Amino acid sequence: MTPIRDEQIHPLSRRILHWVMALSILVMIGSGWRIYNASPIFDFTFPEWITLGGDVDASLARHGDPGVASAIAWHFAAMWTLAIAYILFLLWGIVSGHFRRDFLPVGPRSVMRDMMAALRFRLEHRLGEYNAVQKLAYWAVLAAVAVMLLSGIAIWKPVQTYPLELLFGGFQGARIVHFLVMAGIVFFLLIHVGLTLLVPRTLLAMVAGRATELRQPVIPEDAR
Amino acid sequence: MTLVRRQTLRGGLSLGALTLLTGCDLSDHDTVQRVLARFSTWNDKVQAALFGRDRLAPTFPEALAVKDFRYNAWYGPEKAPRLNAADYRLQLAGRIDNKRPWTVDELYALPQASQVTRHVCVEGWSMIGKWSGTPLHTFLERIGADTTARYVGFECADGYYEGIDMPTALHPQTLMAFRLSDEILPTKYGYPFKIRIPTKLGFKNPKFVTAIYVTDKQPRGYWTDRGYNWFSGI
Repeated sequence: MTPIRDEQIHPLSRRILHWVMALSILVMIGSGWRIYNASPIFDFTFPEWITLGGDVDASLARHGDPGVASAIAWHFAAMWTLAIAYILFLLWGIVSGHFRRDFLPVGPRSVMRDMMAALRFRLEHRLGEYNAVQKLAYWAVLAAVAVMLLSGIAIWKPVQTYPLELLFGGFQGARIVHFLVMAGIVFFLLIHVGLTLLVPRTLLAMVAGRATELRQPVIPEDAR
Repeated sequence: MTLVRRQTLRGGLSLGALTLLTGCDLSDHDTVQRVLARFSTWNDKVQAALFGRDRLAPTFPEALAVKDFRYNAWYGPEKAPRLNAADYRLQLAGRIDNKRPWTVDELYALPQASQVTRHVCVEGWSMIGKWSGTPLHTFLERIGADTTARYVGFECADGYYEGIDMPTALHPQTLMAFRLSDEILPTKYGYPFKIRIPTKLGFKNPKFVTAIYVTDKQPRGYWTDRGYNWFSGI
């Protein structure tokens, strides 16, 4: 049988927005960890070397500040690039039909089916076509970023946006939500990057805009 | 998953860590700092626009006010400057009609207001306290300050210095706080008074204030000079 040529295409606008969001989120996470360390919510801190905000000792010697000033500066710069790219991505995803075409339909039954298949390493990957678990993951991370932006605003401006924090159970609640959803996004990133490395062509598509792959069509069991 | 793929995966993860690590080093580059400073200036403008002149910070029932308030400074409480009422004079400067220095007694005789509000630290912790004193706008009116000027600056006995925008200085909840939890402000909390601003981060609330000036030139701030955002509204 002749192989099928699968194709994944990412238009330039999607690629730019993807990478701006990716970089912004990395900066937000790294700087957020340094800010967290200044006043930890839980019984642990992040190793300084993995956080963003410059040389801790040099900063302490110079300023009496462990680079939290730099971390906050990073955080409040990247929040703009993230928010803008995210809003454009949402608008563009809805208007262009990208979400409808590629992220839908997704239902509990298809998610269960694909999840079971994935856990048994039997989920076939087709370039340019998302499985149900993947679709759900994209919706989840889009929702997570929305919660991060809202809880972040509640923490940044607890007076000017006052009732907003009540949505998260108060100021401390907003901090906890901000932290836990961050952990969710980190989990998504690990899976997302891990799977990309298993199928590097998807990375090629997100960089160059197009990738193709030949696939042997599956012969139905009864035809064998 | 094949072994090769697993190794690629591991390599990829440490690559991610490396990105953060190099980002770490990036923070200390002058160019990066300049770009971040530009964002910070932009954030000052956004915050000034967002600031509601009559929007009040949430107030809380008095029962929630913490009695043993957290001490916070870059030096220990034993090093806090001990000012005494006999020698203390509040100096006034800049665009003010009557620059006569004020004694503690004169200050404490000003009209009083109380608030139970939340102090939010730039580090992330927050604490509710009860502060009492004179609204700064009342004092600014008394001394004939030019409230069309853009900023009000503060000098402190511990070497601290801060400054705020005029709209915040005139905000009804911005206080010259003489009391914490109904007691005369103890030395470590800034006797004879601190500026209590519930619409700003904690470090914009200077203690041990010894001079107030009114100006059009943006006053520097102790932590702002160390890289923190100037407006720092909340």
